[in-house]
Amino acid sequence: MSDVPIRVLVAKPGLDGHDRGAKVIARALRDAGMDVIYTGIGQTPHMIVEAALQEDVEVVGLSILSGAHMTLLPKVATQLREAGLGHCVIVAGGIIPAEDSALLTSQYGIDAIYGPGTNTDEIVAFIRTTVAARRATL
Amino acid sequence: MNDATVQQLANEVRRGDRRALARALTLIDRGGAPVRSLRRALAGYGVGSLVGITGAPGAGKSSLTTVITQELRQRGMQVGIIAVDPSSPLSGGSLLGDRIRMYDLAGDSGVFIRSMANRGQYGGLAATTLDAAMLMRAAGFGMVLLETVGAGQSDVAVVDVADTVLLVEAPGMGDEVQSIKAGLLEVADVIVVSKSDRPDAPATLQQLRALVRMQMDSDAVWSVPVLPVSALRQTGVAALVDALLAHAQWLQTHPVTWRQQRRQLLALQRALESQLRDAVQQLPGWTTALAQLGQSDSDVLARQLLEEFVVNGFTKE
Repeated sequence: MSDVPIRVLVAKPGLDGHDRGAKVIARALRDAGMDVIYTGIGQTPHMIVEAALQEDVEVVGLSILSGAHMTLLPKVATQLREAGLGHCVIVAGGIIPAEDSALLTSQYGIDAIYGPGTNTDEIVAFIRTTVAARRATL
Repeated sequence: MNDATVQQLANEVRRGDRRALARALTLIDRGGAPVRSLRRALAGYGVGSLVGITGAPGAGKSSLTTVITQELRQRGMQVGIIAVDPSSPLSGGSLLGDRIRMYDLAGDSGVFIRSMANRGQYGGLAATTLDAAMLMRAAGFGMVLLETVGAGQSDVAVVDVADTVLLVEAPGMGDEVQSIKAGLLEVADVIVVSKSDRPDAPATLQQLRALVRMQMDSDAVWSVPVLPVSALRQTGVAALVDALLAHAQWLQTHPVTWRQQRRQLLALQRALESQLRDAVQQLPGWTTALAQLGQSDSDVLARQLLEEFVVNGFTKE
C-alpha cells in the first residue's frame, strides 16, 4: 500500500483569486510523488465535496485568503462527513489568524492549518504520516 | 479486499452508487487481483459508448469535453468523463488539472469526472482507462468521454480502447503536410476543428476535409465528418454531438469492419512493442547499455539487447 500514490484534492473555496499558494502546494505535493487533482478557484463547498467524492481522494487541501475561512472551512468539513468522506484528511492554508486556527483545528474538523512561509517539506511530512495512520485503520 | 467484497462493490456500482464507483475506480488504478474480480463481476454490463478525445496539447480537448457534456446533459443523458494527464517521470506524482476547464460541470449529479495519471504509459492513455470506462458504463452512463494526454502525431493508442475516436485539430497548427503524415488522422472517426471562431479556422477546415476525402477507402461505409466547433461561442456543438451519436448508432449495425481489423492489428503491434520494451529492460544488459549511452551507437546497443533477449528469454520475476 505504501507505494500507492496519495490522492490529494487541492481547491480554493470562495471568491478570492489568489491561487499562487495553492499552485505552489500542488506542485510540491506532485514532486513528493502524490497524485494532485487541482480544481482551481471559485469553488463552493458542494463542488469541493463532489470532486472529493468522484476522485476518491484521501486528502483535501483548501487554500483561502479571503477572510471567509470561519464560514467556508467548517462547511466543507461538515459536508465531507455527511457525504461519507469523514476519512479525508483536511489541510488548510492561507491568511488565517491564530485564534481562528485554534478553533478550526479543535472544533471544526480541520486537521492542520499552515500559514505563509511554511516549508512545503513540513506539509508533505504531515500528509504522509496522517494518511499512513488513516490507511492503517481502514 | 476479498472476492465477496469486490462483488458487493460491483453490485453497488451497477445500482449507480457514486461513492462505490469512485472506490472501484481507485481499485482499478491500484491494479492487481481486485481488478480481475471486478472485470468478472461486471462483464457484459453497460451499454454506453466510449468516445476517445485526442489531439495536440492545447488543441482544446478539455473545453470541448465540457461543451459536449453540456449538450449531452441537455438531451437527458448521463455522462462519465475520464481525464488523463501525465505522471511526472521524476517523482511518479502528477498534477491533474482538467477539472479547471470543466468548472461548469462541477456539482452536476448527472456527470461524473475522474482524473487519472498515466503512470508513464506511452500513447497518452493510462493502461487502466479501459477498465475505468467499463466501470462507468456499468454504472449506467450513456456516454463515457475519455480525454487523453495531449497526443503527438503517432500517439494512436486511443484507438485500442475507444468506440469512437474524436480528433481535435486547432487552426493554424502547421501546414498541410503535417496532416498528411500518417497517424492520428487515419484513425479518427470524427474530426473537429476547434476554436472555429478564429479567422484561420475555415482554411484548416477546408484542408482537413480535402485530406479526409483523399484518404477514404472506396469501401468505407462511415464517412468521417470534419466539423467546426467553437467552445468559446458555443457553436457547432449540437452537430458534433449528432455525429458522435450517429457513429455509435452506426457501430451497432457494422460490428466488424476493415477499420476494426486495423485497430486490432494496431493494438497487437502496440502490445508487442510495450511488452518487448518491458522485457528488454529486465535484462542484465539493460544497465550496461544505459551506462554506454552517448558513447556507443544506439542502433548497435538496441541490436545487442535484442540478441541478449533471444538468448536469455524472459527474466523470471
